[in-house]
Amino acid sequence: MDQQQTQALVRLAEQISNYTGKVFSWFIAILMLVVCIEVFKRYILNAPTAWIFDLNSMLYGTLFMMCGAYTLAQDGHVRGDFLYGSMKPTTQAKLDLALYIIFFLPGVLALVYAGYQYAGDSWRIGEHSTVTADGPPVYYFKSVIPLAGFMVLLQGVAEMIRCVVCIRTGEWSARLTDVQEIDVVGDQLAHSEYVDEESKREAIAKAHEIDDAARHRGEVADAKVGGAR
Amino acid sequence: MSDPTLGLAMLGLIVVAIMMGFPTAFTMMGLGMIFGFVAFLDPTQSVFSNKIFDLIVQRTYGVMNNDTLLSIPLFVFMGYIIERAALVDKMFFSVQLAFRRVPGSLAVTTLLVCAFWGIASGIVGAVVVLMGVIALRPMLSAGYDVRLASGVITAGGTLGILIPPSVMLIVYAAVAGQSIVKLYAAAMLPGFFLTLLYLIYVIGWALIDPKVAPKLPADKYRIDAPEWIKSFESGSRKSMVLGLFSAVFRPQRVRGMNAPDGHKVTYGMIWSNVVVLLVPIILTAILFLSAWWYVTIHNAPATDVPSAISAQVTEMSVEPTPIAADGLQEPPVAADEKPQEMGVEATAIAEAAPVAEGAPQEMEMQSGAVEVNQTLGAVPEYFYVWFWGFAGLSALLLFYYYARMDGEQFEILKMLEVSVVPLAVLTFTVLAVILFGITTATESAAVGALGALYLAGLSKYLQRTLWSSVVGGVIGIALGMMRGDMVTLIVSSSLGALFAGTAVPWLWDMLSKRKLLTNIQESTFLTAKTTAMVCWLFVGSALFSAVFALHGGQGLIERWVLSMDLSPLQFLLLSQAIIFVLGWPLEWTEIIVIFVPIFIPLLAHFNVDPLLFGTMVAVNLQAAFLSPPVAMSAFYLKGVAPKHVTLNQIFAGMMPYMLIVILCLVFMYIWPGMTLWLPNFLYGN
Repeated sequence: MDQQQTQALVRLAEQISNYTGKVFSWFIAILMLVVCIEVFKRYILNAPTAWIFDLNSMLYGTLFMMCGAYTLAQDGHVRGDFLYGSMKPTTQAKLDLALYIIFFLPGVLALVYAGYQYAGDSWRIGEHSTVTADGPPVYYFKSVIPLAGFMVLLQGVAEMIRCVVCIRTGEWSARLTDVQEIDVVGDQLAHSEYVDEESKREAIAKAHEIDDAARHRGEVADAKVGGAR
Repeated sequence: MSDPTLGLAMLGLIVVAIMMGFPTAFTMMGLGMIFGFVAFLDPTQSVFSNKIFDLIVQRTYGVMNNDTLLSIPLFVFMGYIIERAALVDKMFFSVQLAFRRVPGSLAVTTLLVCAFWGIASGIVGAVVVLMGVIALRPMLSAGYDVRLASGVITAGGTLGILIPPSVMLIVYAAVAGQSIVKLYAAAMLPGFFLTLLYLIYVIGWALIDPKVAPKLPADKYRIDAPEWIKSFESGSRKSMVLGLFSAVFRPQRVRGMNAPDGHKVTYGMIWSNVVVLLVPIILTAILFLSAWWYVTIHNAPATDVPSAISAQVTEMSVEPTPIAADGLQEPPVAADEKPQEMGVEATAIAEAAPVAEGAPQEMEMQSGAVEVNQTLGAVPEYFYVWFWGFAGLSALLLFYYYARMDGEQFEILKMLEVSVVPLAVLTFTVLAVILFGITTATESAAVGALGALYLAGLSKYLQRTLWSSVVGGVIGIALGMMRGDMVTLIVSSSLGALFAGTAVPWLWDMLSKRKLLTNIQESTFLTAKTTAMVCWLFVGSALFSAVFALHGGQGLIERWVLSMDLSPLQFLLLSQAIIFVLGWPLEWTEIIVIFVPIFIPLLAHFNVDPLLFGTMVAVNLQAAFLSPPVAMSAFYLKGVAPKHVTLNQIFAGMMPYMLIVILCLVFMYIWPGMTLWLPNFLYGN
């Protein structure tokens, strides 16, 4: 398989992870609405819903599990990048590749395998929640575990291929762009009235570099140690 | 096969693996899996029925059903929306005007805005970069000392992760099995106390050495009131209050005058200015009414509100309402009013905390004696003394404020109402309903997130939001009629107003201009990523810690610590020192999820309250994040600062704050009441 095809494959996996994650991220809005409506029903209409507790857990659990791959694709899982950030890209990639094989694969494969058994049992007995009497079915919810594990596994394989590509080329291939925490600087400054245009432009342009550099305690002027990461 | 040495190997490996920079969640999952597999290895069974598979999936499912963690996405969502809806530079400008006569006014403003804005978001990097653009340049061009200017930004920026509602405290609550509510109550006073210490330091330095914070030139903070507002000024104090009210009845007073935009002054404009003028009174009144409601009705025996609060609390929780009422409510008002005495007034916000503490502590002892005899839910006699005392005091302050309200002051009030008051009301309400046990943390977080959406709508579509709120309020009243009592009506009308006032502008926006679309998209995606990051970390650590304990690693550490025969003080010092050092290279998520659980089982042995310990960890991490040369915020600030500001200057500016945090920790240790008083007071023991 040549370089181009490999890149396309990695890109495809990333797109799948991003897309799934973004779809499931709207569960937060649903969760918020469900809880708010329940507040209204319980405190004003005096009509609490029995299965609301299960529903909340299911929304929250599905939200974070299914966004695991998305977060991985965006390099959003917390990592100690104190030393890591100042290494050369090839060193980073070699280290990553080794640790993906040593830690990531056993852990996530076990999660998929065990989750599959677990959800299968639940489907077989038609399990219902026991939080309240006559609770809602939980087999859908339990199926999230192997499904989310599989998505993370897929993205993990894509990350391993990225590592291999990086070891060969000496540079990290770019990730799909997505919103980042530091973007709020741009949002805020775009609407500000009391900051002069020049410092605004400069800060917006530099925000991402600053973020990258500060994470491994470097200065922007120090050259771009982090590279594409 | 299980073996303590394997457990220790796990701990060693995790430290090495974290240093190598691999995503920590998966490191822990992998380590837990491998070591667990070895522990459960049974030659008579097939490899695939190893018990580790049950463990991993049950631990994962446990995290998915964890109702403490459930509130994380909601709080995070609220923070991200507010971060994009509330314009921080407007806030900075108006607060700066309000504090213009305080020594070091820009520095004080920076600290307060950082803390206040960080409360909502709790993201250090973005706050520091943003304040570096908005506040650092004005401070430097006003001739402020570089160390002072950079110190307040970095110190203020980290405060957000401490003061509730902070996500870090929820994570600790989940790790330590504590209630979020209690932890929030515990972190409240230390958070304000630390802010107070920071303020004392900044103002003190500016007073002792005025060179570091020169007074701003008059034209920097003058703000021009429109001509027609100025025409209302009368009397020696130039108060415009009476003039404005008289114009309601005699609109000809301003006939023919022009508003700043060139249009004629209309009757509607007079009315909207009257409303602006009345907001401080209305807020104070609402505050006292709800204090009265909480004590006499919510806590009274025959209410239909589910009584999550124990009987004891009924009597105990009497005073903080009026006290907090005065302390927390007044400052926005008080801040403007006595410019000459600002030194005293400025600290009112933070000062309220210790004040609130000293007085009721005596009361608590009294009520402790009385409570045996008192019947459940009776309103204690001293409640009315306190209540009317504070009501009278607030009325006096308000009167004084209005008597001095000239056109300029009025314009400042207007700006504050636009930029600070909505967010302040939201934060205050969310915290108050959680702390007083009216709703659960999850529910308040969800309503808070909805309130954040409301604010976002309000900032773009003022009229539409207000009118649909009115309609929603009426519908809410109609629905609340079914239950009948007054309080239900008020709550239902405000909930109705919130629902309608959020839904209508948002739906309209989605169907037409989509100005709000980026806000909600960005917030949603960021919430998903942050939640996934924190909760997958929990999945990993749940498995890791189970296997660690299985191998006896936890037991070994415990025996080892116990064999050192430490005193509780030594234990606290040791544990906090370890956490402090870990705070240099690591982020708070890793510290709290991986390393803090090692100490928690030991707390009982040393008689350390887990609430106190958690709050100390939270405060301690402030120091860790401010310690040169590893503090991340210094590098964020260096990134946006002008070229001539060096890293060493920033570090020099940060150092004193680090010492202040350590001082705060010492205070917390010798005076545990500061932390534990509020939770005990609100929820009993």
